[in-house]
Amino acid sequence: MSLSIADVQKVAHLARLAMNNAEIEAAKSQLSGIFELIEEMQSVDTKGIEPMSHAQDLSQRLREDKVTETDQRGLFQSIAPQVESGLYLVPQVIE
Amino acid sequence: MLNSSLKQMSAALRAKKISSVELTNLYLGRIAAHNPVYNAYITTDAAISLAQAKAADELLAKGQAQPLTGIPVAQKDIFCAKGWRTTCGSKMLSDFIAPYDAHVIEQFNHAGAVNLGKTNMDEFAMGSSNETSYFGPVRNPWNQNSVPGGSSGGAASAVAARLCAAATGTDTGGSIRQPAALCGITGIKPTYGTVSRYGMIAFASSLDQAGPMARSAEDCALMLNVMTGFDERDSTSLPREKEDYARDLNLPLAGLRIGLPKEFFAEGLSPDVAARVEDAIAEYRKLGAVTVDISLPNSRLAVPVYYVLAPAEASSNLSRYDGVRYGYRAPEYTDLADMYEKSRAQGFGAEVKRRIMIGTYVLSHGYYDAYYLQAQKIRRLIAQDFADAFKQCDVIMGPTSPSTAFRLGEKNDDPVQMYLSDIYTIAVNLAGLPGMSVPCGFDSNGMPAGLQIIGNYFEEARMLNIAHQYQLATDWHSRSPVKETP
Repeated sequence: MSLSIADVQKVAHLARLAMNNAEIEAAKSQLSGIFELIEEMQSVDTKGIEPMSHAQDLSQRLREDKVTETDQRGLFQSIAPQVESGLYLVPQVIE
Repeated sequence: MLNSSLKQMSAALRAKKISSVELTNLYLGRIAAHNPVYNAYITTDAAISLAQAKAADELLAKGQAQPLTGIPVAQKDIFCAKGWRTTCGSKMLSDFIAPYDAHVIEQFNHAGAVNLGKTNMDEFAMGSSNETSYFGPVRNPWNQNSVPGGSSGGAASAVAARLCAAATGTDTGGSIRQPAALCGITGIKPTYGTVSRYGMIAFASSLDQAGPMARSAEDCALMLNVMTGFDERDSTSLPREKEDYARDLNLPLAGLRIGLPKEFFAEGLSPDVAARVEDAIAEYRKLGAVTVDISLPNSRLAVPVYYVLAPAEASSNLSRYDGVRYGYRAPEYTDLADMYEKSRAQGFGAEVKRRIMIGTYVLSHGYYDAYYLQAQKIRRLIAQDFADAFKQCDVIMGPTSPSTAFRLGEKNDDPVQMYLSDIYTIAVNLAGLPGMSVPCGFDSNGMPAGLQIIGNYFEEARMLNIAHQYQLATDWHSRSPVKETP
C-alpha cells in the first residue's frame, strides 16, 4: 500500500504534528514501507473471531464513588509551562 | 562484590562486611568513571541515593532489613519517581520532575532498596536499539560500537557493565528480553497485569508490562518479589495474592516438556544464534527435559498486528502531550492549534512521530475496521496458538532475538528492519504471557546470545526455576565484559 502526500498531511494534522514538505515526503515513504508490512494481515480470514482488546479478558473494575485524591494544585502546576493565579495559560481562543 | 548475587550482597550487608553507603558509593564511583562511555544513565543524584543508603543502613542495624534493603537498583527512566527528573528518553519530558512515585518505585522504597539513578531508554520506549533516545545512544559493554538493544537499553548496559546490582525494565514488544539477550543478562517480563502500571509512562497500555533485569534468574526472582502486587490505581492490575518467585528455584527439571515452535527456527535466524539456542536445549535434555515439536502458525503475523495495535494505543496515550499542563512547549507560536502542533513537532523525535502517525491513520475514519479491528481479531488467533501449544508442553523455548547485537547506526534508516528485531518477542506481549531471556553463549565475534523461555500465564516461578537450573549447570550468565577488578 502506498500513501499519498494528502494522506500524510491529513494524518499529521489529526495528530497535531507540524511538518514541513520535506518531512511529509520522508514520512510518506517510511509509512508506505510500514504499511506494506502491515498489509500481510489482510489475507487472514477472521470471520467470526471476537476482537481481543486485552490480554486478560477482565471486566473493568469499579471503585467506590468517594474522594481519594488530595488537592495538590500547587505541586502539579509547578511543572507547567505557563500558569497564573492557579490557571493554565494558553493563547487566546475566544475573541 | 560486583559479581556477587543479590542474595550474597544482602548477606554481606547483614553481616556488616559492607554498608549500603559503601556499596552505593562503589556503584556511584563506577557510574562516574564509565557512564561517559556507556551512557546507560540519564540522571543520577548521589545525594538522594546516599540518603536512601544511610536509611537502609539504619534498618540493617535495627535488624529490620528485607531481602533488598540497601541494594543499589537502577530504575528505567519510564518510572515516575518523586523529586527525580523523569524523561522517558524524550525532549518532551526533558525537564519533567515527577510529582509522585510509580507503584514500582513505592515498592522498592518500601523494600529499603537504593535508587541509583534513571536509566537511558528509547524515546517513550519506542525502539529496539536505544538509538531513539533524546539523550543519545547507549553502548553495549561487550562491544562499544554495538547497540545494547532496546527499549530498556540503559538498564541492560548498566547491569552488564556492573553499574548497578540489578535494574528495572519495561516490555511492550520485547523491551526487556531483547536488550537482556544483546547484553548477556537475564530479564523477565511477567504476565500482563502482574506489575502495576501506575506511574509508568504509558506507551501501549494493553501490552506494557514492567519486570526485572539482572545477572541471574535467582536475582530476577528477588526483584520480582518486590515489583509485583495488586494496585487498585491500575485498572488492569490483577487482584492476586503475593507470591514468592524464588520458592521453586531448586526443583529438578526431570520430565519437563519443552515446546520448540518450528516458526522460531526458520528463515531469518542467524546461524550463530540458532547454534547457541540448540546447545542450550541440549543442556536441558541433559537435565532431564524432553522436547516437543510445536507450531505457532499465526506468529508470522505478530509484527504486523503489533505495528497496528501498539501505535494505535500510543497515538491515543501520547495525545496528552500538548504543552499545556507539563512537558515541552514551543517557544514561539501564533495560536492554540499552532502551539499544539509546534510543541509536539519539536518535543517528539522521529520514531515517536512515525508511530503516532501510524496509530492516527489506523484509527481514522474509514480505516478502523480494516486495520485496528482486524489486528485485534488476529491477536486472538495468536493467543489461541499459545493456548493450543501449552496443551502439549510446559514451557516454550527459542531464540530471544534473530541476531546478536548489531552495530550502532546499522538499522537506523530502515524502520521495518528495526521492527523485525522483535519478531520472536512480540507475540508473547500480544497474548499477555510471561517471557524471559537467559544468556546462552556467544557468537563468533564474542557477542552474547539469548535463549527465550515463554511460560503459561502466572508460571513465572516455574520459568525462573527452569532458568536457574540451567544457570547452575552453565556459566554463561556469570561471564562479564568488565575486565578490571573493583
